[in-house]
Amino acid sequence: MSVANRPVHRPLSPHLQVYRPQLTTVLSILHRATGIALSVGALYLATWVIYAAASPKAYALFQSFNTSIVGRVVLGGWLFCAFYHLCNGIRHLFWDAGYGFELKDAYRSGWIVVTVSLIATAVSWVVGLRLV
Amino acid sequence: MSDLRTPLARARGLGSAREGVKHWWAQRLTAIALIPLVVWFAISLVMLSGADYEVARAWIGSPLVMVLLILTIVIGLHHGQLGLQVVIEDYVHGDGWKLALIVAVRFVAVVFGVAAVVAILRIGFGG
Repeated sequence: MSVANRPVHRPLSPHLQVYRPQLTTVLSILHRATGIALSVGALYLATWVIYAAASPKAYALFQSFNTSIVGRVVLGGWLFCAFYHLCNGIRHLFWDAGYGFELKDAYRSGWIVVTVSLIATAVSWVVGLRLV
Repeated sequence: MSDLRTPLARARGLGSAREGVKHWWAQRLTAIALIPLVVWFAISLVMLSGADYEVARAWIGSPLVMVLLILTIVIGLHHGQLGLQVVIEDYVHGDGWKLALIVAVRFVAVVFGVAAVVAILRIGFGG
């Protein structure tokens, strides 16, 4: 192995373990986490349509899970992920267009995203899923 | 063992900046398309979460819903696949695993997408 190819073991940045979590970093990680959750959720919702096309029995089976406690939590969680990823995604599109990079703007838009997505989630839970 | 090829030769064929822009654009375009679709879908989901068989089928099978639902599922799965690819590229370091996972995610997205579209058309056109 040549000198240039030899692996060098240096500490890697960023040193997550010594950083205090900040709004901006937490929201960034949450965007990824909700994105992954929504991808799995998309398969679940595709399955819903497939069961509806299959037979009344298959659909009833699917709905019995949907209306159970676990199913309500899954749907409620999906709605939160959808609203959060939607709001924060719009925030990302503004960044892509070159707006909102100042620190105070990034914090303000971050809190707007948190507020709007929590309100939308709460409304959907109360009105639709009747979780409360 | 030393490699006699130059660094440029080793880098060739591993992708270029021009290709990356395509992925970036596709991610943004699908994101913009999903803004109205997800709002519509979330409201529908909330209204229909406890719907029985007949109600759900009547809803899925109406013409406007068929169009919007197919768009939501296909664009949503595409956007999800693009996003998961970035996550895989960031966190999976072995080239073999990385490629295998990206291909697997893409296959799963296409299979579920086609199955869902067929299901929607079947409900709409009666089969």
